[in-house]
Amino acid sequence: MSLRFRAAIVSVALFAVFLAMWQLATRSTAAVGSMSPEYARLMGATATEGKSAMPGPSDVGAKLWEHLRRPFYDNGPNDKGLGIQLGYSIARVGLGYLLAVIVAIPLGFLIGMSPLISRALDPFIQILKPISPLAWMPLALYTIKDSGLSAIFVIFICSVWPMLINTAFGVAGVRQEWINVARTLEVGTIRRAFTVILPAAAPTIVTGMRISIGIAWLVIVAAEMLVGGTGIGYFVWNEWNNLSITNVIIAIFLIGLVGMVLDQALARLARLVTFPE
Amino acid sequence: MSTFDGPFDVERRLTRHGCVCGRHHPAPEHDECGRALRCEPAASDEKRYAGVVASAVMRAVFPRDAARRAFLKSVGAATALAALSQFFPIRTATEAFADTGAPEKKDLKVGFIPITCATPIIMAAPLGFYSKHGLNVEVVKTAGWAVVRDKTINREYDASHMLAPMPIAISLGLGSNAVPFAVPAIENINGQGITLALRHKDKRNPADWKGMKFAIPFDYSMHNYLLRYYLAEHGVDPDADVQLRSVPPPEMVANLRADNIDGFLAPDNICQRAIYDGVGFLHVLSKEIWDGHPCCSFAASKDFITSAPNSFAALTRAIVDATSYASKPENRKEIAEAIAPANYLNAPTTVLEQVLTGTYADGLGNVKTDARRVDFDPFPWQSFAVWMLTQMKRWGQIKGDVDYKMIAEQIYLATDTRKLMAEMGLAPPAHSYKSFSVMGRSFDPDKPDDYLAGFKIRKAS
Repeated sequence: MSLRFRAAIVSVALFAVFLAMWQLATRSTAAVGSMSPEYARLMGATATEGKSAMPGPSDVGAKLWEHLRRPFYDNGPNDKGLGIQLGYSIARVGLGYLLAVIVAIPLGFLIGMSPLISRALDPFIQILKPISPLAWMPLALYTIKDSGLSAIFVIFICSVWPMLINTAFGVAGVRQEWINVARTLEVGTIRRAFTVILPAAAPTIVTGMRISIGIAWLVIVAAEMLVGGTGIGYFVWNEWNNLSITNVIIAIFLIGLVGMVLDQALARLARLVTFPE
Repeated sequence: MSTFDGPFDVERRLTRHGCVCGRHHPAPEHDECGRALRCEPAASDEKRYAGVVASAVMRAVFPRDAARRAFLKSVGAATALAALSQFFPIRTATEAFADTGAPEKKDLKVGFIPITCATPIIMAAPLGFYSKHGLNVEVVKTAGWAVVRDKTINREYDASHMLAPMPIAISLGLGSNAVPFAVPAIENINGQGITLALRHKDKRNPADWKGMKFAIPFDYSMHNYLLRYYLAEHGVDPDADVQLRSVPPPEMVANLRADNIDGFLAPDNICQRAIYDGVGFLHVLSKEIWDGHPCCSFAASKDFITSAPNSFAALTRAIVDATSYASKPENRKEIAEAIAPANYLNAPTTVLEQVLTGTYADGLGNVKTDARRVDFDPFPWQSFAVWMLTQMKRWGQIKGDVDYKMIAEQIYLATDTRKLMAEMGLAPPAHSYKSFSVMGRSFDPDKPDDYLAGFKIRKAS
């Protein structure tokens, strides 16, 4: 038996144990006080049948199937299918992330190639980097005056730092010999940046991009819970509003799934640009 | 009294003289008028407008009431109406009347928080009240009061559902930049409650609540003022003896279940939801603290009102119309079903029905009935605003001298709403101030400072 096959068996077994424990933990508690049928009609299942407030795996499975059967329904501005909500979130992350790439990589190059700029910008970067992206939200709402753009701005600001720092680090760390060779061959600065430094620094840059996309996806959910309207974060908030833990669990699962896909895409990109030394 | 009780109440006199609808000079004549000229609840708006137009025409044709009565008596109302139509195009006039100025902006966005207070704003969409007044309104669910405030100030929303004190706070610049706002209509009256965790079911005397933690939805809310008022009347200082926390309504039930808070004064459907989920019970309805208190309002910035006056008027008409519809008990079940889906409140229909129909489980095993648990009345009484200002001052949210009436009159647009309601054939009250009593303490809007001086427990200013 190959290692991979054995690992798969263990994974499935662990999942089965997890499901069984979940089912066991959420079964009905029998202790329910007696109540008149008229009163019971007005009460929820938690109060009348002793049903656990936490949904069991079967509840979640049934609900998930319901969502998967019609992922793109649109019942008006406040109720859209999960597919549409995820689409909105991915679009927001994509846009904010793209802006961050456009800003961070050239700036990172500049910082990496010029020790003067690196020193000059360092204090600003050090102060701005550790700020929680959501702390920008009130400021963004106030100045941009548009909640959709504010969410994109928050994504931008959170994903710009890892890319900026990694790019600068990668560019500064290119082996001096290669740059010297380029110098002896009288390669111009621009050409040197594109043909020597960029390929050499690419693995570090892509690592920064990979960290950024992970953070951006983490933050979008929180940002959408704040500004509302559309997106998977809004879906979580809306279902929380309805105290529907089932839907919240489904959303958590899907957020994890999409996050994994985004991460794997960047991992593939990283494999494309790595080179053996 | 609800404004909508008026037209159907024969005993009630609304104007200085004349009949209950105010359109006929001596009251007896009111009874003589024919179907089209009578003040019975009109079956539809078209009929209601027709009634307003027809009686205006009749008054113009017969300046002397005696002559009109004689004419009506001799030929009958139907003939009179037919004869009148010969030389005055009543139908066209009615259409022209109902169609007051094209809205400058048809596609509007209105923000709301998913609680039953927003019922008129929300149901106006699925039940077609906005489209009836020529508007295409998108009602957008919003995450919290601060976000509603910011989005309305940013003009992402043209108008919004706000807690009744919020437009006052925004206009005065409390907790945000000062932006002039106005309230053309109150959404709901009553409809809140104090819910306690089930483990406190033997602690029904508020004097025993010292050291407990309570949640309120927002600092500038009726909930905050009512809870503070209630506690203080029972000798509990809300600033020193208990902890009050601002918690978004959806989180309240979860926090109550987790024992993070001991209770809350919250909007419905949150109270009923806590009961439905078996985590709390209803201690008192807010109606028992102050029967007829306002809770939420419909608010817009002065900027929007001046830049799109016709849109604003149409919006107000739609809201007044929807509020009038919601005030009728027979419509409440239909409304509960219309606003329950995920697009609107996203709550179980049973819960909404219990709130709106007033037959509800109290969480202690009893079924109670109170048809006015929540009620709807759009008239923005300026005395409400004065009361809120007294409480803002009482709890240190505003300091120094307050020109109560000046602020109330600028923000609560009672005069405009009265005019609009009269045009719609509804019967608005003749005054903008009224006295009321809160937990047995009477409030006179002419003497707010005396009222304020009467409280023993208040924040030292």
